[in-house]
Amino acid sequence: MRARRVAVRAGTSVLVLWGALTLAFAALHLTPGATVDAIIGSTTVGPQVRQQIIDDYGLDRSIPAQYASYLGHVVTGDLGRSYQLHEPVTAAIGARIGPSLQLTLAAVGLAAVTATTLALLTARRSRVVRGLASGTELAGVSIPVFWAGILLLTVFSFQLGWFPAAGDDDLRALVLPAVAVAIPLTTMLAQVLREGLERVLDEPFVLTARARGMGDAAVRLRHALRHAALPAITLLGWMLGMLIGGLVVTETVFSRQGVGQLMLGAVAGKDLPVVMGVVLLTATVYVVVNIVLDLVYLAVDPRLRTTA
Amino acid sequence: MTALVEVEKLTVAFGGTTVVRDVALRVDPGECVAIVGESGSGKSVTARTLLGLTGDGADVRAETFRVDGEDATFHTERQWRAIRGARIGFVLQDALQSLDPLRPVGREVAETLRLHGLLPRKEARARAVELLRAVGVPEPELRATQYPHELSGGLRQRALIASAIAADPPLLIADEPTTALDVTVQAQILDLLEARRRTGTALLLISHDLAVVSRLADRVLVMKDGEVVEEGATADVLDRPGHPYTRTLLAAVPDGTTRGTRLSAAGRAAPRPPREPGDVVLEARDLTKRFGDRTAVDAVSFTLRAGETLGLVGESGSGKTTLARLVLGLLDPDGGEAAVDGRPWGELTAKERRALRRHVQVVYQDPLGSFDPRWNVRRVLHEALEVGDVPKRDRDARAAALLDQVGLPAATLDRRPRTLSGGQRQRVAIARALAPGPRVLVCDEPVSALDVSVQAQVLDLLADLRDELGMAYLFVSHHLGVVQHVSDRVAVMKDGVIVETGPVADVFAAPRAAYTRALLAAIPRIEPSRTSLEATT
Repeated sequence: MRARRVAVRAGTSVLVLWGALTLAFAALHLTPGATVDAIIGSTTVGPQVRQQIIDDYGLDRSIPAQYASYLGHVVTGDLGRSYQLHEPVTAAIGARIGPSLQLTLAAVGLAAVTATTLALLTARRSRVVRGLASGTELAGVSIPVFWAGILLLTVFSFQLGWFPAAGDDDLRALVLPAVAVAIPLTTMLAQVLREGLERVLDEPFVLTARARGMGDAAVRLRHALRHAALPAITLLGWMLGMLIGGLVVTETVFSRQGVGQLMLGAVAGKDLPVVMGVVLLTATVYVVVNIVLDLVYLAVDPRLRTTA
Repeated sequence: MTALVEVEKLTVAFGGTTVVRDVALRVDPGECVAIVGESGSGKSVTARTLLGLTGDGADVRAETFRVDGEDATFHTERQWRAIRGARIGFVLQDALQSLDPLRPVGREVAETLRLHGLLPRKEARARAVELLRAVGVPEPELRATQYPHELSGGLRQRALIASAIAADPPLLIADEPTTALDVTVQAQILDLLEARRRTGTALLLISHDLAVVSRLADRVLVMKDGEVVEEGATADVLDRPGHPYTRTLLAAVPDGTTRGTRLSAAGRAAPRPPREPGDVVLEARDLTKRFGDRTAVDAVSFTLRAGETLGLVGESGSGKTTLARLVLGLLDPDGGEAAVDGRPWGELTAKERRALRRHVQVVYQDPLGSFDPRWNVRRVLHEALEVGDVPKRDRDARAAALLDQVGLPAATLDRRPRTLSGGQRQRVAIARALAPGPRVLVCDEPVSALDVSVQAQVLDLLADLRDELGMAYLFVSHHLGVVQHVSDRVAVMKDGVIVETGPVADVFAAPRAAYTRALLAAIPRIEPSRTSLEATT
């Protein structure tokens, strides 16, 4: 039974990855403009060179044939060569995934810690405290990341000089972009957590725990938080998947060489292999994150562990 | 003697609404006091106030408020925490919600010990196992590691009691400790509480059920709308109720003696005219339903005639609800058949089934769950009338007529279910069931969620409608008193099998099956003379 479940899970994961690749392939081939022109770029070449390029990249073949050969290469781990960067896609992504991963994890981690603290402190408090918290949260969600980034740069980098303004090789350079990205994430998470906490704090088992002599802080930490965490964990997983290739704006503001930047250049330049590579990466992150989430749910909620 | 708790002129208000007014209460060591009342009477709020857990935004005032002889009027949260669990244990109803579903029950029991610094972690764990054993949990080592959802209702309630008595408090407050339980399990839990009392623990019982209380309590306080309307020794209050409300409560309890009479105050004098059963409208032949390798319903047969009520009793998991769903044609049987008006569900096309559905309608326990919360009563009834092929232009008039029939004003049409009281909601549910003009009404625990006085009104209404419209009822309930009151015949179900069936009077007077005898023995009865008997022996 368990083996069957694992098999089904693996099968659907492969289907998701294949679906993502196919959709991206279709979308790129539906956009106007010949791929060969994108590869040539702004330089002027004769028809001979042009034909040479078409032959090299197999661009004269039918779209189904190109699709089939692409899939074949992906299965063997070959994502092709970038048209623009003239290096293997795996190398291009490999060089840029570090900064993106660092920023994603730092921002999500920061958001999780801050949101949990905020929610624990503000759930079921006086009207004033809750009003203040939800007002701040509304502001936090509404602030565009680029604006927060520029603001942070102006204050902490240009004026106070505490953190570098650009780059991705120093951990100190990670602080400002992580904070900028974490602001909207924190507010979203805090709202979900607080709503969950307030729902749980009404439950009879919370009253029972208090009736045993448990203090408010312990009730929140030991009983309520775990219940409230379940929906927040789902949100956290979605954030991880979304961020890994979606940090374009932040990476631009803070001049970080990440996957988002790579993707932006590739889409603009119709660099098919790179786009497909990033799509595959994002899909893989989602698949892995979801598998991990399912395991986390099992760890948090024993009611899901029934093996029927 | 110092009272464990003592309050005088206790008044509790939430944002201007007074829910408890001028209550005086005293519990002495070793004593069992009960507060009886219906929903909204303020009994639970009173109990929580004694622990300093009235709730957010509560305004608590009292002339005297002593716990263990100490003035608790100005107790800080820290002082209250020292009382909770250690001096006063607290047991809530329905342990599925009162134990944290994400933690093993052993840890919940040990928590009390840890909180009061009585034992270090490891010893607390061992002590929790001992406590579970003491409250009659079998295999306590295994059970301590399990989660609430893996335990039966009775075991959960035992575990909850274990966590409340872990620090050996001299007073145990139990708020509806047996309400969610089957009658045999309820009897066991009451035995456990009684044993606890014999060891010297004082009990404060909060209940809506006079019968549960009469077995244990020395003194009873009857609460209504936040005030204590009557107080006295249990025997006195039950034998010679002084307040009209207490009399109403006692009279509203359905059992064998109330058969054929009205329970609610209106028109009590008139007994019901005798009824003659008509044609067979519902028949089950060897109905069998399996879920996996468990047989939920096993070769069940019965017939039901027009104007007749068949009571179906059994405890949770006995298969009564599955049987009801088979009869309603909502589940397909694995064997046998159910026929309405001589037409078996299994032989009908989907279209014919839909047409037959209007002849068998259903009323559930919790009408709120069976209403779309966004629909008003008008829309709920219109939908049901559409099933009965009532033309659109007549529906408003019919809907108003139906409401009148169930004793609700026509203005109810524009209300939403959530704004109605439990009794009103159940009346709307009955009106909805009547709308298509059914010949059979399946009532699945229709009064289990209602207070006893409201239950009395709804039971009266159902009986009136049966006599007026000549419908047949399949009345499913775990409550033997209710079944005894409403039914002509009764079928007792256990593990999917009908173990005994016959006229109500015969089954209740001379039960043949061992299980029926056990069920009947477990019913808590109002025993007014218990205390006086004990005194003489």
